[in-house]
Formats: sequence, C-alpha cells, structure tokens
Amino acid sequence: MDINKTWQGVLDQVKTWARVNSPWAIHYNSGSCNGCDIEILATLTPRYDAERLGVKLEGSPRHADVLICTGPVTRQSRERLIRIYDQMPEPKFVIAVGACALSGGAFQGCYNIMGGIDEVIPVDVFVPGCPPRPEAIIDGVVKLLGQLQGGVSAEPVTLTEESVPAPQGVKPGLA
Amino acid sequence: MATHNPTQKAPERETFKIPIGPQHPALKEPGHFEFAVDGETVTDATVRLGYVHRGIEKGVESRTWIQGQYLVERVCGICSHVHATTYCLAVEKLAGVEAPPRAQAIRSLVAELERIHSHMLWLGVAAHEAGFDMLFMYSWRDRETVMNLLEGITGNRVNYSANILGGVKCDITPEQDAAIRAGVDYLEERTRHYLDVVQNDTMFMRRTKNVGTMTREQAEQMGVVGPTARASGVPRDIRVDAPYAAYKDFPVNVITETAGDLHARFVVRVNELFETFRLIRAILDHLPEGDLQTRVKRKIPAGETIMRIEAPRGELFYYVKSAGGETPDRVKIRTPTLPNMASVLELAVGHQLADMPMILTGIDPCFSCNDRMITVRDTHSNQRDVWTWDQLRKYGMNAAQ
Repeated sequence: MDINKTWQGVLDQVKTWARVNSPWAIHYNSGSCNGCDIEILATLTPRYDAERLGVKLEGSPRHADVLICTGPVTRQSRERLIRIYDQMPEPKFVIAVGACALSGGAFQGCYNIMGGIDEVIPVDVFVPGCPPRPEAIIDGVVKLLGQLQGGVSAEPVTLTEESVPAPQGVKPGLA
Repeated sequence: MATHNPTQKAPERETFKIPIGPQHPALKEPGHFEFAVDGETVTDATVRLGYVHRGIEKGVESRTWIQGQYLVERVCGICSHVHATTYCLAVEKLAGVEAPPRAQAIRSLVAELERIHSHMLWLGVAAHEAGFDMLFMYSWRDRETVMNLLEGITGNRVNYSANILGGVKCDITPEQDAAIRAGVDYLEERTRHYLDVVQNDTMFMRRTKNVGTMTREQAEQMGVVGPTARASGVPRDIRVDAPYAAYKDFPVNVITETAGDLHARFVVRVNELFETFRLIRAILDHLPEGDLQTRVKRKIPAGETIMRIEAPRGELFYYVKSAGGETPDRVKIRTPTLPNMASVLELAVGHQLADMPMILTGIDPCFSCNDRMITVRDTHSNQRDVWTWDQLRKYGMNAAQ
C-alpha cells in the first residue's frame, strides 16, 4: 500500500522535527593533532554539556546523522573517511572542525595530507580555529540545525571569528 | 544445500580475529588493532598505526626555524607545550644561547600546568573505558579550571605557544599568580577525592587490580617510559635524570609504585598531580626576576644536538641538525607512546577482551604523537611487507633511473 503525498509530507516534517531536536553525531579524527578532538570531547562534558541540546555522540556511523570530522585527512585515513561517510544513512551532514580540516592549516605542504575534509567528502559547516573553542563547535552544530529546519542542507556555512564568544579570562575554582 | 565432503578434514581449533578501529567509540584517535581470541581470552594482538602520519618531520625541514616551532607544537594537541619546549631548547643549544632564568621558570610552570591538564584528561578517559562515566565527567569538569589558567596565561586553551626561540612570550602577572594559586588549591582538594576513588572504590579496584601487570624486569626490557615505567618501580624521570629548563632549581620527587598493574598506573598519575601542585607553588614562590627573551639569530650555526624532556607520558626525544641555514636540516622526533605501545601488545595476551580498552588506555596512548611510519604496500600484488634497508635502497635506485 502506498503512502500518499500528504502523508509523506507529514512524515518528513516529523522526521525533521526529530532530527533537529536530537542530532546524533559521530566523530572521526582524520589525522588531526588531537587538539580539536579534546575540545569536541570538552563540549560533551559538564561545562559546555552539548547533550542538553540533544546532541549525542554515537559510536557507529550507521546510527549517526552528523559527522564531526577533524584533521587535514592523511592519505592513510582517506579511505576510512569515505567509508564512514558511505555507511551513514541519508540525509547526512558533515561538520569540519579546525583550521587543518578547512585547508590543511599548519600542515599545509606536508607530503602525506589531502589538505582539508572538503577535498574528500562534501562539507556543510566549517568551524575555523586552531583549535576552535567549544563554544564555536556548539555554534557550528546550531548553524547546521538551522539549515536542517529548512529540510535539506543548503549552502555551506563558514563561521566567522565574530560569531565566536570572547575568551573568559582567568577564573579559578569551579568550572 | 550444504554437501558433506568426506575429503575435507574437520577444521582445527580456529582462532577468531577481532578487528577494532580505526574508527571506534573508545578512543578519539584512529588506530587499528587486531585481537586473536580464544573464547573471551586474547591470545595474540597486533596493532597497525600510521593513520595520523602527516609528514611533520619533513614539513619542518621546509619551514624556517621559527615556523618549525609552530608545526612541532601540532604534533600533539594534548602535550603541545613540551614539544615546543624541546624544540626551542634544542635550537637554543645549537645557537649557543640560553633563555633567561625567568623564561625557563615560566616554561617549567606551563609544562607543569599542562601535566595537570593531561593527567586529568587521562583519568577521565580511562575511567570512561572502565564504564565509570561519573568520574569522567567530574575530572573533565575540574580540568576546565586548569584550562582557564592556561588560557589566562597564554591566550589559548590548547596549542598555547608559550615558547619562542630564546624565551617565552608571556609573563606571569601578580593577578595571574593569585589565580594560579587559587586554582591549584581547588584542584588539590579535588585530587584528594580522586585518590580516594581510585584507591578505595570496589568496582573500580576490580577493573584495575592485577590487570595488565608488568614486572620491573619486563618494564626495563621493553624500555617503557614515563608513568607507565614508574608504576612498575623503574625510577625514570628526565626532570631528575637530566634536568632541563628550571628543574635544576626546582627539584622533583620521583613518584613510583611497585605493583605494576593498572591500579598502580592510576595511583602513580594521581600522586604525580600532588607533586605537580607542589612544584607550581615552589616555582611561583621563587620566580626569578628579569627578561623574558634573548635574541636568537635567524641563521643557526651548523651542528647537531639532542634534547630530552619529561612529557606527561614519558620521555620525549628530539634530534635537531642544522646546516647553518635558515631552515632545519633534519628534525627527528621520538615520542613516549612508541616504546609504551610495545608493552600493550605484550600485556594483552592472556587477558579478557573486555580488559583491552583499559590496558590500552593504561599507557595513556597518543596516536597523533606516535604515528611516524607508513606501511609500504605493493599496489600490484596488494601485499604489505616490511622492507629491509637493502631492498629499499635498490628500489630507490631503480626509481631514480
């Protein structure tokens, strides 16, 4: 039995609603220095706590909506990155985190790198910084969710330095 | 329908191989492991590294001495300061200059703050592997205190770039001094709680006691370094054995344990935090006055040197060679994870598969530090093998023709 067009539309709306409310993310390090990865992990821990926004880090690509990817893509991990991207169900979205994920960054000219995630797979949101602050990573996710609300991904977004909150300075004690 | 083939012998007891990685939920870095298991017991383990090999050593050669510092800082984001410090100390040695005492003290201070950040990060990740997410969240919450301090001193949370050739670029103001003391006091109180947890929590003890035990003989034989060696009773610490920066003036007490199991590695690292707090206070109390930088010429005189430093994970080794120009001739980096990784493969045998993540994180592995090799793969036969020096030489000569 076919679902008619109206029902399909309603179903899509429900799907988008669910996806925007709780995007499941998978994280892959394609050769980064670890700096971005610990900041991504820091976004999940109590001070930034991205889980309160419904963002959940998921271990398997088959259950994930968003691929959060760091690193300049080394030649060794290129194949893996493509494989992980292929394993993700449609629709899928990619957030490239860090200067080297955008353009190769500090590693530009090294012989073993592809020079950016978008050389290998399509990217929806670029988050610059070496490494970007956790606030910037959360901002990237929020920008992506804004796009998702429209249905499908539109133009790639690059976050500017202005959209990143200013440093907080020295504040000892409880985080 | 399957047919019975009488000529086919019943298969011998097969070993089952479990591949893990390079993308896996346990660690945040890519590394591929293959565990051969008999039931649940691991009988053999192999590792395939190299997913994070970016060609940094070659990259440094095509950059100037100053640019090189910013590249080696990105060998590893967790211990970026020690990489930059080792590089700067080596280059300063070649140039025949010495950073002023205040700069050396600030280098040590930032290195110790980084050690706090690294050990707390590890404590959280290791607890997460044990299924103890509560401790993970607590230690990462408290780690934000030291991240704040590092950001206050240097301006960045990770990859701080406190060093420049010939000194440091950030000073410790009286306000920062007070903030660091307050932060360290708070962390010390919290660390007492962590010590209590790792020593007394029954569930945690059952995951760590008598798991992955490495005797002192094994540790010396495999040449493991850092807290992993100290947990097996090997008193090896570069800060004591070959003091660099300001550690001559601020002596360090080596923390050792004798048990050599996972539990000992937890206790050693948590106890090292207390030693680090003491050191930070000592450095702040006796911070020398004076300049922050000395001038280093753009061209470094020809020569070669080595430099060793105690990174949070163990001994970090740099070899730097100059041909007298504006760029390094050769930089060789050997990071602490490399010698420690061999111990994981050795210790894995005979343990349950479920213990593997714990044994692996027990050495505090850092793949982005570690990956300095790539596998040679023959694209025609798709065979992977290790080449001897002669083979490689012949191949190189053939390719050149």
